[in-house]
Amino acid sequence: MKQLIYIFFLVQLFSSCSVDPEIKPIIGEDDVKEIVPPGWPAPVYTYSANTLTADGFTLGRTLFYDPILSADNTISCGSCHQQFAAFAHSGHDVSHGINGLLGNRNAPVLQNLNWSPTFMHDGGILNIEVMPLAPITNPVEMNETMTNVVTKLSSSGKYKQLFTKAFGSDLVNSQRIFRAIAQFMGTMYSYNSKYDLVKSGKESFTAQEQSGYNLFVQKCASCHTEPLFTDYQFRNNGLSINVVYNDSGRAHITGAAADRYKFKTPSLRNIEKSEPYMHDGRFTSLNQCLEHYNSGIVASPTLETQLVGGIPLTPQNKADLIAFLKTLTDTKYLTDSRFSDNNF
Amino acid sequence: MKNSIIIFLASIVLLSCKKDVIIPPEPFPELNSIDTTGFLEIHVDNMVGNLPLILGSTNYVSSANDTFNVNIYKYYLSNVQLVSSNGLTYTEVESYYLIDQSNPNSLHLMVKKVPAGSYNSIRFLIGVDAPRNTAGAQTGALDPMNDMFWGWNTGYIMAKMEGHSPQSSEQTNKIVYHIGGFEGKDNALRTVNLTFPNAANCTQNHIPILNLKADLGAWFTSPNFDNFNNSNVITGITAESSAIADNYANMFTVTSVVN
Repeated sequence: MKQLIYIFFLVQLFSSCSVDPEIKPIIGEDDVKEIVPPGWPAPVYTYSANTLTADGFTLGRTLFYDPILSADNTISCGSCHQQFAAFAHSGHDVSHGINGLLGNRNAPVLQNLNWSPTFMHDGGILNIEVMPLAPITNPVEMNETMTNVVTKLSSSGKYKQLFTKAFGSDLVNSQRIFRAIAQFMGTMYSYNSKYDLVKSGKESFTAQEQSGYNLFVQKCASCHTEPLFTDYQFRNNGLSINVVYNDSGRAHITGAAADRYKFKTPSLRNIEKSEPYMHDGRFTSLNQCLEHYNSGIVASPTLETQLVGGIPLTPQNKADLIAFLKTLTDTKYLTDSRFSDNNF
Repeated sequence: MKNSIIIFLASIVLLSCKKDVIIPPEPFPELNSIDTTGFLEIHVDNMVGNLPLILGSTNYVSSANDTFNVNIYKYYLSNVQLVSSNGLTYTEVESYYLIDQSNPNSLHLMVKKVPAGSYNSIRFLIGVDAPRNTAGAQTGALDPMNDMFWGWNTGYIMAKMEGHSPQSSEQTNKIVYHIGGFEGKDNALRTVNLTFPNAANCTQNHIPILNLKADLGAWFTSPNFDNFNNSNVITGITAESSAIADNYANMFTVTSVVN
């Protein structure tokens, strides 16, 4: 069996060498499917009003990686959402926009977005379709208007073709742009980590991973709920207030004092690859994150009650937890060619 | 007319009997051509008190005696319902209109597929109903390109006014009101009910005109609004924005119904 796989890869290697670089990988209908992995809840967003097709997905993918969405055509979605980092921005604490402008929050990972009831660290955005509007129009991110985006795309022969394939005519409007991107981003599923294989009985944890998993269930899973590893709720996890940004988090949306300094529980899937961590990217290692819960919790009126007094963790506990967290890395997802930059 | 429809339907049935291939049905004739529905035209006159609203340098005086001008004035009018003299209500589907003072065409609305009849009152929302705020990417009046949608905090700006007042302490003396919020106690959705002075008679062949006056001056009246010195920029969903919505809920009056 293993030999067969090797032969398969060798053939792939040779065939990719012989492919004219101008010809883009072809995405077929079989490559683009709406799925619900076993044991997962029903997704929040479905394609009932936005028919999912390979051509719609390809248009969305092309837009995702095209800097044409930014005011000076320099920044694409993919600039801050890199596949190898689970579509976070590796090594960058906060977002980087046009003209080197900095935002005030860490670019979040993108995966399994159709399960997310809200978007952004503060949950201000309520539908995946309109999610891209925020970074496109944010003055410190892409600083562009949808009117300009539509104008630019309408005058592009390439996009006339792509829109026609995806939607039956070359009409470019904001709805088509947003729906195509939702077809791409929403079907970026990560469900093939070692953890998933263990859950389906195909692999088993090492002793240390198992020990870490047991600790995780006991100490972390009430917020980082399986199988998506988040409950999508907003909490103050005891970080000291970052005086550079003084970001009130969820309260920015609700205006409620009770929501001050609360941020959405992030998924832990692919966390090994998505550093830096926290809403402002202040931690660069998993060990720092765990040490925060062990010894760094700052008391405040809105601190999550489960975190009062912290989560005591020995060095061994932390090592075991990190071993477990690494089983959430989904290499297939991080290297899946369907999600890679096709604007070459 | 009716005969031709029957022939049309019969031909579809016959055609589909002949062939195994399913033929997509021809679009049906517009309901309003079947002699049972018509239109109601609405003309909106945006005013400040008794003066016509002219964008730009024209100055107006608020009820607090502040001077102001208006550069941008836009609001949603949606979910139009007409109540007929027999007590039945017609609810227009996909009923979303963006009134934009800078676009004269937007001041003339055509309520569609109105069943023939005699109507005594109208009901509509100022703003966009809650479900449509979270329904994803929209087109037409609801397209985010109209600059009436918050990207960072999902939801429509129900009504927007921007201008200047020497009483405003803001930079360039600007006054900015982006009033939104579709849920919660501070939401900006307001229902307007207006009774007609005389019935509007809709038939297939006759389009009655409803003339509405919308008084921007109503936005800035006490006790809900103080003056441009104290409240010059309101762009969040707060008690202050909701109070302006309480004010604009009363800005409409029926000038006339012309049959």
